[in-house]
Amino acid sequence: MRGCPISPIFHGGSLRTRFIVLLLLTIVLIIVDLKWAKMNQTRAYLSLLITPLQWVVDAPAQVADEFSDVLVTRTQLVEENRRLRQEALLLKQRVLQIAALTAENVRLRELLTGRQRLPDGVMLTELIGVNPDPFQHQILLNRGSEDRAFVGQTVLDSGGIMGQVVELSHYTSRAMLITDSRHAIPVEVNRNGFRSIALGNGSVNELELGHVPDTADIREGDLLVSSGLGARFPRGYPVAIIISVKRDPGQPFAVVKAKPTARLNKSRHILLVNRSQDEVLPLEGKQKSEQPKEQKIEPDALEES
Amino acid sequence: MARQGSGGGTIILGTFLLGMMLSQMPLPQIAEWFRPEWVVMILIYWMMALPQRVGLGSACLVGLGLDLIKGSPLGLNMISLLIIGYLTLVLHRRLRMFPLVQQALMVMVLVGINQLLFNWVHGLLGTRSDSLLFLLPAVMSAILWPWVFVILRGLRRTFRVT
Repeated sequence: MRGCPISPIFHGGSLRTRFIVLLLLTIVLIIVDLKWAKMNQTRAYLSLLITPLQWVVDAPAQVADEFSDVLVTRTQLVEENRRLRQEALLLKQRVLQIAALTAENVRLRELLTGRQRLPDGVMLTELIGVNPDPFQHQILLNRGSEDRAFVGQTVLDSGGIMGQVVELSHYTSRAMLITDSRHAIPVEVNRNGFRSIALGNGSVNELELGHVPDTADIREGDLLVSSGLGARFPRGYPVAIIISVKRDPGQPFAVVKAKPTARLNKSRHILLVNRSQDEVLPLEGKQKSEQPKEQKIEPDALEES
Repeated sequence: MARQGSGGGTIILGTFLLGMMLSQMPLPQIAEWFRPEWVVMILIYWMMALPQRVGLGSACLVGLGLDLIKGSPLGLNMISLLIIGYLTLVLHRRLRMFPLVQQALMVMVLVGINQLLFNWVHGLLGTRSDSLLFLLPAVMSAILWPWVFVILRGLRRTFRVT
């Protein structure tokens, strides 16, 4: 090796042929990844390799969290304790009411021979990363298929709906936020049940309502809740609050902007909503065969109210 | 020193892993736009310094790692790193001769190509930028290039990666 003046740089074919072959292979890989659903599995396994890396990246934030938990004064702790106890009391009182209301609701539904609505179970999870690409509003969660997370699962924080799980690995999952420009969520105005679709437009704190007629009864400050249509999101969770309604007679539709109620770029502790009995499945044959235990879809079940 | 290749492998892999971690570090919203393309810079350095060890195959593997960690469609980073890698390998003799500033300009062009390719594919998938801000990482990478170069060269010399 020492003797030869130029080390053999490109053995095994010229550089250009290798480049072209690899380029073609990569293009094939992209197409396969986009078109072939089975690739998700391969991807989940490959992602296992980089999971430790993701934990390491998150480690400084974890440590900082730990420190801020440890390094607090006694008075702060006492104060926080007092506040939490008050909050717990308030919430308990509300839960008492909810139990009664739920019972009443179930009775009424039985009278209407409607389907039962059971409260949704949730899974606590923590944020471990954010997609660094500013064009993609995605977060990384520390639950994966091993914890029975699934693609399409609703992601909540204490304020409301944050988004949905779009990609699953064994111990982590990736969720798309509702503000991503590829995301849309069916909503209704809580005040009067006016239905619409809230579209993400790529800015962090804003949603847009699509195709709202000028005459629609919608105004600033209205709360939008998920309508449950489309069978992705459970019904009734807060999504956003209307911040502006512009009605221009020259335009076919009103321009309605809303601000998400969830703290999309601040929350660290996050909930994943488990599938409830009440859920309506999408009308795809493939999905149906995957969950044989679900009942058949009734057309009237789509219209909740 | 006859072929000390085996020892350097961990160093090269380590720098790439570090680059991937840096590319995932949480930053404030504004700073996201300025995030330099660490992995691309590291790849350019190793290809320039050791083209017999870090070649197109390594570029593909690194690209795959980036795809996984970024959650982009598999192959997206691979293809842009491949193209940049090819250009670097073709130019590597000239790049070595350039003074640092001129190298930095070349890095800006290469990272710029990376960003353009990325934006183009993202456009196909539905998220396209409506401003030229997505080119900022190219400028940032060029500004940081002299430091990256000096640090990596120091690493290569101390650990005798050949």
